[in-house]
Amino acid sequence: MDRREAVRQVATWFGAIFAGLGVCGASAETSAPAPRTRPRSYGMGVDVDKCIGCGQCAAACKTENGVPPEPHYVRTWVERYVETTDGAVSVETIQPSQTREHAAEKDILRSFFVPKLCNHCANPPCVQVCPVGATFSTEDGAVLVDSARCIGCRYCIQACPYGARYLHPATKTADKCTFCYHRIKKDLLPACVEVCPTQARVFGNLNSPASPLTRLRRMRKTFVLKPGLNTEPKVLYAGIDGEVR
Amino acid sequence: MNPQIVEALPDLASRVTGFAYPNEIEIHWSILIVVYPYLTGLVAGAFILASLVKVFNIKEVQPAYRLALLTALAFLLIAPLPLLLHLGHPERSFEIFLTPQLRSAMAVFGFVYAWYLMVVLLIEIWFEYRRDLIVWSQSEKGPMRWIHRVLALFSKDVSDEAVAVDKRGVKFITVLGIPSAFLLHGYVGFIFGSIKANPWWSSVLMPIVFLMSAIVSGIALVILLYMVVLPLMGRKIDMACLDRMASFLFYAVIVDFTLEALDFTHRLYESEESIKILAEMVMGKLFISLVVVQVLLGMILPLVLMILTKLLNFQEDLRKLTIFASVVLIQLGIFSTRWNVVIGGQLFSKSFRGLTTYKMELTGLEGFFTALVLLVLPFVVLAVLFKILPPLAPLPAADPGPASRT
Repeated sequence: MDRREAVRQVATWFGAIFAGLGVCGASAETSAPAPRTRPRSYGMGVDVDKCIGCGQCAAACKTENGVPPEPHYVRTWVERYVETTDGAVSVETIQPSQTREHAAEKDILRSFFVPKLCNHCANPPCVQVCPVGATFSTEDGAVLVDSARCIGCRYCIQACPYGARYLHPATKTADKCTFCYHRIKKDLLPACVEVCPTQARVFGNLNSPASPLTRLRRMRKTFVLKPGLNTEPKVLYAGIDGEVR
Repeated sequence: MNPQIVEALPDLASRVTGFAYPNEIEIHWSILIVVYPYLTGLVAGAFILASLVKVFNIKEVQPAYRLALLTALAFLLIAPLPLLLHLGHPERSFEIFLTPQLRSAMAVFGFVYAWYLMVVLLIEIWFEYRRDLIVWSQSEKGPMRWIHRVLALFSKDVSDEAVAVDKRGVKFITVLGIPSAFLLHGYVGFIFGSIKANPWWSSVLMPIVFLMSAIVSGIALVILLYMVVLPLMGRKIDMACLDRMASFLFYAVIVDFTLEALDFTHRLYESEESIKILAEMVMGKLFISLVVVQVLLGMILPLVLMILTKLLNFQEDLRKLTIFASVVLIQLGIFSTRWNVVIGGQLFSKSFRGLTTYKMELTGLEGFFTALVLLVLPFVVLAVLFKILPPLAPLPAADPGPASRT
């Protein structure tokens, strides 16, 4: 190291030290709150009372993400629950163009719709079981599949308690909801949230006080699906019923 | 995936009773994944029978020792095939070795398999056959001479010291091999038992039940082969050996039956959230394969036959008949066990509200005929191994008996 290089390095160190002190001093003078350091954690909120079962979310998802058109490959879907006065509960998946047959209105005690999707668990069993690490959690809390790495063993499909995964018939790799990761990284909303006419779905950063998700949590009591499995889902449900699994 | 499956999905969807999540209509682990644990179970069981001979020095079973070892090898060589054929991208399967995700139970497969094949089975077989390979190659001509020389790794030492080293080697590897065999099949059970999302699979007993059923199926297979191969080679069945193996089989079936009964009772007594749908499945879609084939035909009937054989002191021919019938029934029962675990675990929805249907293809890659070929292939490999490494040949350098001297 020559003399000029040595002087430059010492100057850099001093500069860094003074800059650090300056920042500390400034923050102490203005007594501003310390910068929030909690990492971004994406999540979705579903207000069951607002869902009208139109199925637009499921249709938009298929279009946006190239999900096969068959009704048995889905990244998101809507379930319809009907409880009759005799206590029997029937469940079906909503198909957008479907003609529904249901019990006579006088026999129905209540009915409601529940949108479902990958729960992007904080403790995801699918990530745990993937033998090659093709399924992974991102730093901002989404659970994704690297289709270039997936070997198609389907262990993750077996391990998901929510039936959120399928094997894509074209790529022969596991596929699932990504929270429309390609959209949210551009500060757009997931397609299902974007098209929901009643704002039954809200999306945001679970760690941000300004997020619509935080507002939902503040205003409503929220629950997660299958909490006993300790998967720590990041899809929160408001107004959900014990019948829903 | 076979495009036929995509076309079959609407039909399968119409057969769902109750409600299933839309992605659950397709059964993802097919008949090939039934075949896989069946094959590895036979490997582990056959090896454990062989180990009993060496570790506990059970002389009666010595005539079946090499047969058991070669059976384990033949089935182990074929065991990964159903997994490979089942993968969406078999060409990426090497990723399990190169970039394993070590928190995954499945990622350990490659290492367990390689350990068992390379370190345990091949080395034990090499030590066991080394001397014979040298002796055979000395009296042979043509390709077989070279095959035996290569297999002996060009070793030429048949001195007593070298043979003593071989024996110590066999013993050491066997001791190492027993926990390895337990690991191989217990691990397969863990793949299923650790899936907390699936109450039919999620049980701490699963690896133990898999292991015991593996021992049962492996011993039964070696008995079956022993009873078929010996008459085909013009040899007489050694009844002491057969009786002793049947005795091991009997105790293994008792332990297996007890464990499965414990698992069943425990589930029923706890009656968790899933109990209704599981009961509906057992009494409906799994009734024939579980209650009739697995329990009645595959376990209770052979147990009764074996108890009668022991109690009534049957004559030799009748004993052979009852033992043969028992081992055939046990094979059927253990295959059903694998079926009921793998397919049964996917027949109910994880919403616990409905049952789906599995329709096995006939001709597809994951169809009936592929499974049949995979089940027959180990016997073909075994036949080749018998040619190269005769399990029943008299030792060439054995001291001739008094009759031949005169």
